[in-house]
Amino acid sequence: MRDLKTPYSRITGLGSAKEGSDHFWHQRLTAVANIPLILFFIISLISLLGSDHATVVNYLGSPFVSALMLMVILSVVIHMRLGMQVIIEDYVHGELPKIACLMLNTFFAVFVGLVSAVALLKMSFGG
Amino acid sequence: MVQLTLPKNSTISGGKTHPRPDGATNVREFRVYRWSPDDDANPSLDTYHVDLDTCGPMVLDALIKIKNEIDPTLTFRRSCREGICGSCAMNIDGTNTLACTKGIDEVDGPVKIYPLPHMQVVKDLVPDLTNFYAQHASIQPWLQTKTPAPGTEWRQSHDDRAKLDGLYECILCACCSTSCPSYWWNGERYLGPAVLLQAYRWLIDSRDEATGDRLDHLEDPFRLYRCHTIMNCAQACPKGLNPAKAIAEIKKMMVERRV
Repeated sequence: MRDLKTPYSRITGLGSAKEGSDHFWHQRLTAVANIPLILFFIISLISLLGSDHATVVNYLGSPFVSALMLMVILSVVIHMRLGMQVIIEDYVHGELPKIACLMLNTFFAVFVGLVSAVALLKMSFGG
Repeated sequence: MVQLTLPKNSTISGGKTHPRPDGATNVREFRVYRWSPDDDANPSLDTYHVDLDTCGPMVLDALIKIKNEIDPTLTFRRSCREGICGSCAMNIDGTNTLACTKGIDEVDGPVKIYPLPHMQVVKDLVPDLTNFYAQHASIQPWLQTKTPAPGTEWRQSHDDRAKLDGLYECILCACCSTSCPSYWWNGERYLGPAVLLQAYRWLIDSRDEATGDRLDHLEDPFRLYRCHTIMNCAQACPKGLNPAKAIAEIKKMMVERRV
């Protein structure tokens, strides 16, 4: 035993965080959303294979396509962040490195999401 | 980070080989994990040869025979020898199970026996289950009611009673929890499959009136949500129960009370 705490005190720790279901629910929600969205994304990619820039810009110019593509980015990025968060919580045990990794994870997800969204919108608006 | 290799003083080195019994024709080799807190030596794997013609059919029979006839220092827990007390839970041939219900003939080659994985070892095959029991206590595994107790027993319909099947049979041997990688990595914060199965046993009990409080207690990224449905628990359970399913049901209850 590392200290003189009782086992019960060690196990109950700081108490219940009163959250976790939100994370669980959003991971499932984005997982379900990803099925049609990724399918749409892959079909779009295949249909655009070998096309020139103007055709792609024209395709992304449709509000429906553009909105669906934004949803792909949003859903995938949220799902990625939630999944990576679980891996970090599982394997990184020091409090400081854990918090640093969780922060970097969020920064990375937001950055990747924004870069993708800006690039998409630029093309959607004829760029 | 998670420690993926054994610390230096836990690596297994060497081991004593006890001689084969004279004149025996039906001999089986047992390799048993040994560690004693009384010296500074590393754990070792000792080899014993057991005459199966004069031994019962189960792994526990062989362990008792070794302790009685070959090496009285071998230490392990055992009690009921019929799979109901959970004392002789250990890792046999790479799987957590009960030594008393595991047949020697179910194992090919030498029978390798280790204590339950990733637990502190008290001695030889005896793991320290203090935290495990504290976790069980933390979910308050008893009937809780606000309604004054009736003059007779608390009544339950046949259908509601049937919901406890597959849950009440758990003997708390810890085979499932100690087979779970999530429990290995976060054993102090994640409650583990055995305790969560017990938690569900009380959540689903129609007579219990503390369901909301019980769910509040489990509403935590570590206590409940470290379960990633790896399913080692269901694979290991010597009673054929499915803790992973019980945990999934708890997660469903968590969502159900939000939507």
